[in-house]
Amino acid sequence: MSEHRFTHTLFQQHLDEQKLPGSRCRNCGELYLPPRPLCPNCHSGDMSAEMLGGQGRLIAFTAIHIAPTVMLEAGYSVKNPYFAGIVQLAEGPAISAQIIGVDATQPQNIKIGSQVQVAFIERSGSEHRALAFEVIR
Amino acid sequence: MTNRKIGRGVAMVGAGMSRFGSFPDLDTRDLFVDAFQDMRQSVDKGLDPKDIDILYIGNYSSDLFEGQGHTAPLMADWVGLTPIPATRIEDACASSGVALRQGIIAIASGMADVVLVGGIEKMSNLPTEEVTDTLATAGDVLYEIPAGFTFPGFYAAMATAYMHRYGATPESLMQVGLKNHDNGALNPKAQFGMRIADIMAKKKARAQQKGRAIPAWSDEMDFLHDDRANLVIAWPLRLFDCSPISDGAAAVLLAADDIAHRYTDHPIHIIGAGQASDVALHDRPDPTTIGSARRAGRMAYDMAGVTPSDIKVAEVHDCFTIAEIIATEDMGFFEPGRGYVAVEEGLTRRDGPRPINTSGGLKSKGHPVGASGAGQAVEIWHQMRGEAGSRQVAGDIDIALTHNVGGTGQTAVVHVYERRN
Repeated sequence: MSEHRFTHTLFQQHLDEQKLPGSRCRNCGELYLPPRPLCPNCHSGDMSAEMLGGQGRLIAFTAIHIAPTVMLEAGYSVKNPYFAGIVQLAEGPAISAQIIGVDATQPQNIKIGSQVQVAFIERSGSEHRALAFEVIR
Repeated sequence: MTNRKIGRGVAMVGAGMSRFGSFPDLDTRDLFVDAFQDMRQSVDKGLDPKDIDILYIGNYSSDLFEGQGHTAPLMADWVGLTPIPATRIEDACASSGVALRQGIIAIASGMADVVLVGGIEKMSNLPTEEVTDTLATAGDVLYEIPAGFTFPGFYAAMATAYMHRYGATPESLMQVGLKNHDNGALNPKAQFGMRIADIMAKKKARAQQKGRAIPAWSDEMDFLHDDRANLVIAWPLRLFDCSPISDGAAAVLLAADDIAHRYTDHPIHIIGAGQASDVALHDRPDPTTIGSARRAGRMAYDMAGVTPSDIKVAEVHDCFTIAEIIATEDMGFFEPGRGYVAVEEGLTRRDGPRPINTSGGLKSKGHPVGASGAGQAVEIWHQMRGEAGSRQVAGDIDIALTHNVGGTGQTAVVHVYERRN
């Protein structure tokens, strides 16, 4: 049995502590982000905790102008768009996150393949930190 | 992947739909009544509703859109089908494509002879931001939506990855919208029913009427580049890259091949059916293709014993312009990275060699999400029987296909249709 329950609650607790947690299957070796309680690859329930370094590469993105309620509450709008994207971590897994560090009104200034670094951001309207990645080059 | 066959042949023997659009005075049940009546009129030899054994209703989220759950028995009641089994099928925007598959399974298994497949959605009650939130629940609300993704956002991210890899541009995407609006202008059931040039003319006339400056768009592409007329929703997708918020219903009548003659001498046989599921977009190896659609397509083609080159007409899931381009590649009509070239070259136009979305697609016909899959089958019914009026594709439409996607491809369902006489 695993020593942790790999739940979303655990994931959020780690984000709030500015850590990026994954889980690795002790049977087949696959690494998962977010951490999972059961390996979808080999169906083993024997998973171990593993922190990820937070370096990655942008593989898809968009500048969102028409925002959902949660992002409207965080202060974004048609006049203040933001980037959302998919980042592949150096360790292999990929995840969805807000992308920061580039002006979202100038989407041509961001490039697929850019190096990114994890950031744990505070959004107004939420007591929890959100997962983001900052474009470094 | 085992190549399975349908155990007992199944045919469409009737198909109809309500108008798609924004109807403040109509509730879902009213739209379903319209679709039912239209379906009933389409049955050549008439339908006694008592013949229907099961009702499957595709519906994404009447709960969130209208505050109404348990919709299938309600629809059965409103068209007089109680006490037959009535069950709602939910797979996001693929709900009624999957409901169609369930109808096929019911007949093929021998549990039913005649099945009515409905699709319903009423989205326009909610303000846009709440529609955005409701659609977002088709993604992963724990691990995708907190990133700030919306549905246009997911497909926009697929678009940036596609553009980066293959060299497509926002203008390539706009060509899909232009084509589908051309087709929708010929569909009396379509939400827009106007070419983009017609929409421009209407906006100019309105500006003149109100004494405002008349916009000086030189052509359609100039209009589509105007940030005010064609708002960026999720870059690179603009308003005219996105299907609208829609109300609508569709109804498809299925019967076993061995009794189809009771209803028509011109049934449309469903000879291939495939469905697949997939992980969240970020967990897939390639965001420029929808793996579940490829798998569902292979299942349907193999079951039908046909290849992509046999398909004369296809309705594909163009919830966003990029989605149609990817769909035409996933269904094997074009090689990966060539779908955008095909639309630029006009190959997918109604009069081209590979007509795609002759109905106007979700983009122009409208996208009441739970009704869209069944709505696609309605267009195939008309095209294959030569009843599509001014948008009828020329030639012998003997084999056709529908491709219906839920979410960003967590669900995909594909059907192949055949006309034998």
